[in-house]
Amino acid sequence: MSYKSSDIDMRYAQQHSPEHVQYMRRNRRMRTVVVVLRVSILIGIFVLWEVAARLGWIDAFIASQPSRAWAAAVNLARRGELLMHLGYTVGETVAGFVLGTLIGIVVAVLLWWSPFLSKVLEPYVVVLNSIPKVALGPIFIVWMGTNVDAIVAMAIAVSVIVTVMMVYTGFTEVDPNKVKLLRTFGASKLQVLQKVVIPSSVPVMISALKVNVGLSLVGTIVGEFLVSKAGLGFLIVYGGQVFNMSLVMSSVILLSGVSVVLYYLVSRLEESVVKWRE
Amino acid sequence: MSLVTINGVSLVYHDPEGETRALHNVNLSVEPSEFVVIVGPSGCGKSSLLSIVAGLIKPSSGEVYVGGERVTGPSRRIGYMLQHDYLFEWRTILENALLGLEVRKEKTRESVAEVRELMRRYGLGGFENHYPRQLSGGMRQRAALIRTLAVRPDCLLLDEPFSALDYQTRLRVAEEVYGILKDENKTVIMVTHDIAEAVALADRIVVMTPRPGTIASEHRIRFECAKRTPLTTRRLPEFSGYFNAVWRDLDSFEGEVQAVGGGEL
Ligand SMILES: Nc1ncnc2c1ncn2[C@@H]1O[C@H](COP(=O)(O)OP(=O)(O)O)[C@@H](O)[C@H]1O
Ligand SMILES: [Mg+2]
Repeated sequence: MSYKSSDIDMRYAQQHSPEHVQYMRRNRRMRTVVVVLRVSILIGIFVLWEVAARLGWIDAFIASQPSRAWAAAVNLARRGELLMHLGYTVGETVAGFVLGTLIGIVVAVLLWWSPFLSKVLEPYVVVLNSIPKVALGPIFIVWMGTNVDAIVAMAIAVSVIVTVMMVYTGFTEVDPNKVKLLRTFGASKLQVLQKVVIPSSVPVMISALKVNVGLSLVGTIVGEFLVSKAGLGFLIVYGGQVFNMSLVMSSVILLSGVSVVLYYLVSRLEESVVKWRE
Repeated sequence: MSLVTINGVSLVYHDPEGETRALHNVNLSVEPSEFVVIVGPSGCGKSSLLSIVAGLIKPSSGEVYVGGERVTGPSRRIGYMLQHDYLFEWRTILENALLGLEVRKEKTRESVAEVRELMRRYGLGGFENHYPRQLSGGMRQRAALIRTLAVRPDCLLLDEPFSALDYQTRLRVAEEVYGILKDENKTVIMVTHDIAEAVALADRIVVMTPRPGTIASEHRIRFECAKRTPLTTRRLPEFSGYFNAVWRDLDSFEGEVQAVGGGEL
């Protein structure tokens, strides 16, 4: 929140002590400084990078430079390929984290439903969680072919076990007294699940979704490295092979943009879903 | 005929650390419209006893009858109120109050209208669409009571219903809840560890022994006054006599509790 107009300042000053107005002013100045510094750092890096390349401090052939990266992106866009590659990466990632989260939740429900099953499967979940899932990539490709399916499978594999663990833990931490309350009304197990366990775990599910955005992106990029047909991951690998570092750099920057936007969207979803918490 | 009959109920809990004898041969009958308060040392099995009456856990031996029927699971004639309100923070007050009806698949136009009427009658009119966090502790407790009353139980079980509230609120909420329960002509079995509260509310106080809990003594509480409420009884001369009698019974266990196993307390 910012109080730009002096009109608001005036009214504010009338309602609060001078010390408090002082405090608020200092507070606001602090926040402005933080934002300005953040932006300057980003601009500074790009400027320094560009200058260093032009003055020959670094080799632009292997380090590229912002202007060339920009040109590479514009070039791709002109040929209409930029949106296509972006679309693949975004689509695969979204499919990965949505499906990964959903499948994870379903498995967590099964484990909650049967404490016996969860007891039996516990070591498997722990071991699966510790396996580096990207090592499974070649297996998916052999099974599903060098196509989008294998990449989405990769993205799911990376996120699903974490989801199971997070959501199942959330389920087990539901206040037992809330469950008891429902049971006093004669609720069935399904009703306990519907009316308490799932609604009180919504925040946990959204956290899982947030974590999964990042994880699925990793899965997708590794998948695209391996499948090598389309997507930002493909551009990065391809650029590296033909020593087109500008293409690599512009793809990496785009990738950062994609992850920021996806994370932001999920945060917005969180705000709207969890509105009763405010 | 009594509404609730507890017949020789005993309870043993089993867990990997061993077994706990929680209740031993408890016998109690509660008449319709009676207000019975159970007091006893902590851990003596009061909550367990209420859970058995509510049909949430099965006694190891003995049986419970409500309205002549043997209790084998949660009964629709019993309403249970826990120590905290446990209102669901993602539901509005009205949605919270309708929870029991939803679970029992009895949410109809008429039953919803009745719940709205209960809310209006007991000072929650206009708060139907508020969320629990927007209400004071006293209002939340009233909302929890309406949630229990909504399913029209004959007998209410209250497990230390006011102990989470601060002292001032507690006196006021006890006053309100007592008024509502009398208004609705409910039979009540309440647990508390506050002797004064017990005397202020009860028609009869049942004192339980330390674990394994059984009934040590009973005190019939009668006040000579036109319209009894918890706050007015606290000012009557008989009050301290009842208080002291119950206190003496409870105090007599003190030595025993320490001798048996202070480590567990
Ligand atoms: N689910 C359980 N498993 C094992 N022991 C229990 C369980 N619930 C309660 N107990 C034990 O039974 C005894 C009585 O508990 P409770 O009924 O909660 O007592 P109170 O309500 O009088 O304090 C306590 O010693 C408690 O530790
Ligand atoms: Mg208790």
